[in-house]
Amino acid sequence: MVIDCLMLRDNIVESILGKTTQKRKSRIPAKLDFLQSATGLILSIFITLHLLFEASIIFGKDSMYAITKMFELDFFIEGGSPIFVSILAFIIFAIFILHALLAIRKFPRSYREYLRLRTHAELMRHSDTNLWIIQITTGFILLFLGSIHLYTMLTQPANIGPFASSDRVYSDMFWPLYLMLLISVVLHAGAGVYRLIIKWGWFDGKKPKENRLKNRKIVKIVTVIYLIIGLFSLITYIKIGYEHQNSYGERYKVTSK
Amino acid sequence: MSREITITAFKYNPSDKNSKPTFAEYKLTETPGMTLYIALTKIKATIDHDLSSDFVCRAGICGACGMIINGKPRLACKTLTSEFKDGKIELLPLPTFKLIKDLSVDTGSWMKNMSIRVQSWIEAHEQTDITKIEKRVEPEVAQEVFELDRCIECGLCVAACSTAIMRKDFVGAVGLNRVARFQIDPHDKRTDSDFYEIIGDDEGIFGCMSLLACEDHCPKNLPLQSKIAYMRRKMVKA
Repeated sequence: MVIDCLMLRDNIVESILGKTTQKRKSRIPAKLDFLQSATGLILSIFITLHLLFEASIIFGKDSMYAITKMFELDFFIEGGSPIFVSILAFIIFAIFILHALLAIRKFPRSYREYLRLRTHAELMRHSDTNLWIIQITTGFILLFLGSIHLYTMLTQPANIGPFASSDRVYSDMFWPLYLMLLISVVLHAGAGVYRLIIKWGWFDGKKPKENRLKNRKIVKIVTVIYLIIGLFSLITYIKIGYEHQNSYGERYKVTSK
Repeated sequence: MSREITITAFKYNPSDKNSKPTFAEYKLTETPGMTLYIALTKIKATIDHDLSSDFVCRAGICGACGMIINGKPRLACKTLTSEFKDGKIELLPLPTFKLIKDLSVDTGSWMKNMSIRVQSWIEAHEQTDITKIEKRVEPEVAQEVFELDRCIECGLCVAACSTAIMRKDFVGAVGLNRVARFQIDPHDKRTDSDFYEIIGDDEGIFGCMSLLACEDHCPKNLPLQSKIAYMRRKMVKA
């Protein structure tokens, strides 16, 4: 076979030599490492805002309705349009898939690697190593639960609102999924943000050891706060869904202006 | 009052066909200030002459007596038996290194290969003129280099590392620390791009997951956390 594609030739050279045609190491691993962190950071920022917006239900149906309409850009288009929610879900889904693809490279990938990691973690009882086990476990769970949630938002953006969301949570039996998703995503994001701080030495300052402990404490507190907020708003959706089950499908109308 | 302690040690001789992996239990009387090195020496002298473990300096300098002590990678000579309140101590050889026998592993070959791999030497790119006074190095920079030079190559950071546990080609914190040492040293004329050629891959800096078991188990308290992050930032831009 004649190799007529230049890129393929470059890849062949790198496969054989471990270096590019310029006899240099590929810069791709650096880009992948950076992208893994960048996508993780974007998703972490997204989830911190998402959980806050979603928790607007705690302050009443009108608050949640106003937030829903805001995301449908009702300040821009008369009445708003759910398509903007779909677009946002698509962008987040794409970043989510990219992050999963990059992060999965670090998972144990054979029986031997799994056995060695597990034994090592059990023996050593080291907090950050155990935290990473939590991170990869929740990451694995998120691959499935996150995909279901994102696909639902992508394809049914109009079904968001005080009644529509509560019906989905209670009558459509999404609450067990959301409960597991909430715990997984908050733990994963918390561990991930802490890891980013360490990985890039963001707040190392003059005393990296002390600052590490301080950062860990702050991230831990924020994680617990987010878990409480998330659980409280989920309970609120379940309660509204339970009360609204006989009027399933009915959409919310603003009561006060 | 002295108490009786129980030391359980992994025993296996890979070069003996008839040897089977076992855990031997030894009971001995604890003496004041007893380190695990002293306890092992006592076991070897009075209970089990066949038990193998490494040591040289007995003072936390040579790094030869690294082993897994109750699950954690530590130096036997720097570990007091009195730390273990229940008097039970389990000893395993360091993982990631070739097992020689029982608690004895070959860290030397690993470290030699690592040194060659990370080109652990000054690249001055010029002939030194010994008739002239050396170029001045700022004391803070020199201090930073000396700080990283304190590494004793005991291998505890490698044994504590989850990446190294899973992937045997990973360069380990000891290797990354070494590269950082030369990157900081003004005598070394290599650029970040040159260092990228050494550690710019998933077996190098990008394989590190920042779990910091290296930093937390380093017997010399080297600043591995900040130096690995420093090298990562440099290599991403290289």
